[in-house]
Amino acid sequence: MPETLLNAQDLCRYYEVRPYTFAAKKTLKALDGANFELRSGSTLAVVGESGCGKSTLARLITMIEPPTSGELNIRGADVVHAAGRARREMRRHVQIIFQDPYGSLNPRKKVGVILEEPLRINTTMDKRERRAAAHEMLQRVGLRSEHYNRFPHMFSGGQRQRIAIARALMLKPSIVVADEPVSALDVSIQAQVLNLLLDLQDEFDLAYVFISHGLSVVEHIAEEVMVMYLGRPVEQGDKSTIFDNPQHPYTRALLAATPFVDPQRRAHRIVLKGELPSPLSPPDGCAFHARCPHATEVCETERPQLRTLLGRQVACHHAESL
Amino acid sequence: MPLLEIDNLSVTFGGLRAVDGLDLSIDEGEVLGIVGESGSGKSVAMLAVMGLIAFPGVVRANAVRFNGRELTGLNKRERRNLTGKDIAMIFQEPMTSLNPCFTVGFQITETLKVHEGGTRNTRRERALELLSQVGIPDPERRLNSFPHQLSGGMNQRVMIAIAIACRPKLLIADEPTTALDVTIQAQILQLLLGLQREYGMALVLITHDMGVVAETAQRVSVMYAGQLVEERAAGALFTHPRHPYTHALLDALPERGRDRPRLPTIPGVVPGLYDRPSGCLFNPRCASAQADCTERVPPIESGNRGRVRCWHPLREDAVGA
Repeated sequence: MPETLLNAQDLCRYYEVRPYTFAAKKTLKALDGANFELRSGSTLAVVGESGCGKSTLARLITMIEPPTSGELNIRGADVVHAAGRARREMRRHVQIIFQDPYGSLNPRKKVGVILEEPLRINTTMDKRERRAAAHEMLQRVGLRSEHYNRFPHMFSGGQRQRIAIARALMLKPSIVVADEPVSALDVSIQAQVLNLLLDLQDEFDLAYVFISHGLSVVEHIAEEVMVMYLGRPVEQGDKSTIFDNPQHPYTRALLAATPFVDPQRRAHRIVLKGELPSPLSPPDGCAFHARCPHATEVCETERPQLRTLLGRQVACHHAESL
Repeated sequence: MPLLEIDNLSVTFGGLRAVDGLDLSIDEGEVLGIVGESGSGKSVAMLAVMGLIAFPGVVRANAVRFNGRELTGLNKRERRNLTGKDIAMIFQEPMTSLNPCFTVGFQITETLKVHEGGTRNTRRERALELLSQVGIPDPERRLNSFPHQLSGGMNQRVMIAIAIACRPKLLIADEPTTALDVTIQAQILQLLLGLQREYGMALVLITHDMGVVAETAQRVSVMYAGQLVEERAAGALFTHPRHPYTHALLDALPERGRDRPRLPTIPGVVPGLYDRPSGCLFNPRCASAQADCTERVPPIESGNRGRVRCWHPLREDAVGA
């Protein structure tokens, strides 16, 4: 029975920002009420456009930032109230892979140093053990032992992403947050890295939080999908339920906007009007109503809550009638 | 007669052959997609056509003819009269290709001033017209906006407005939607295709996204390490690729791997300056490479099924789509 590693209830993260100099502070609701559960060995994909709060979610899960309200449990322990040793211990179990492998590796450190750094800080392993662990991990992610003494600039984008993956796995985490790990890579390299992620998941029983804006990648790798819009999940559930029969108009538009090579996969193009509204002054009611082709009066005044429909959670007033 | 005809174009940077013997032609009103991974030379080839390759890049070609006119050896003034008027280009990063110091309105009217003249007022009128044509709401106000006040999608629309200001015959779009979100990408592609039809202009779409090409282009050229490896009508290319590289690229797409646990991959990486293989450039990574592939560079073979640069092209019936 896979154990529940991650459990979030009504997770929120607000920022106080000044829109311009001397203006009054405003609250920016980057993440406004997310509920999800992640079990070992499974993958939750978080999908949405830039500004929908998916990277904020990654920062909360990795404990880079505390949630403003709501509850986040990692392996049954509460993140908000954990302190000191317990908190450090929790951090070991959550690691992150960033989008840009050119920016996320320190150009002045050799690969070996990059890989051993987490061990040096978090474990009592001695130099020889750390070195052996780094060599082993290099092999595991498809790099060679001689790469240990090289600098990041000597590697291609795909190889760098492998180094970033190796670094994330050095502490044997149970949860890996992957923030757009393949969007900076070419198609042929993207497939290699995706396969590597899947292999590693099987081997170490990893749980992935896979953040992406590319739906075809998500469809390949995820089990559960959470579609977000302006800080809120709008549709959430099993991958095949959502991809085969999306209920929220935004999910449909997103799927229809994704270009596919296969002519049979091409949906009737729904081109959304306008762009993502400013999260500083989100529209009343449903955040999507200004761009939604099916919006009615009730959408402008009342905010739809997530409810169960056809085996998934969806936040739309008119989901049934579409 | 094709609108643009490129005969044996090569671009070198020091010892690196970024584009290697490229032949390409584009007809009037046609949508041509050029796909390839980074480093395949797709952007550099089009920059060479635009005359935008700077030292130490060296451009060589037997001929680059646009509308019957030879482009190589044009002097600066003649070149300037052509670029931005008959041939226009939009770039990948809308945020960095606009000048942050000037308003959007200034940058649109600048193009009009150079190529069309007219009075301040007529230029302003035309700029307003262009902004509304590319779907920017409230164009009066936007004319006085600076690029940083607009979103990425809006800036790309401004770029398009500048590019179409003089009704070009050929528009080259270099990864126009790569930096944008999918819903905005759909809007921009729809806009480009709409304008292409309206003006009857030829559109060259450079991208690494096979999906984008499949949904927009009529004809597709696939490039690898500076060479053209396959060219064909879009539909046939995606269902029955003949070059093993095209086939492998299509197979590696996640959308085709939904029910497969692992995606087929192409081993290795694109060859760089120092590890260029002998013979066919793709042979070290090719699944169907044979002995002769390492010996001689395959020529381009043309036929009614497009062009392909391979000693052993895949047979149509042998390939499952």
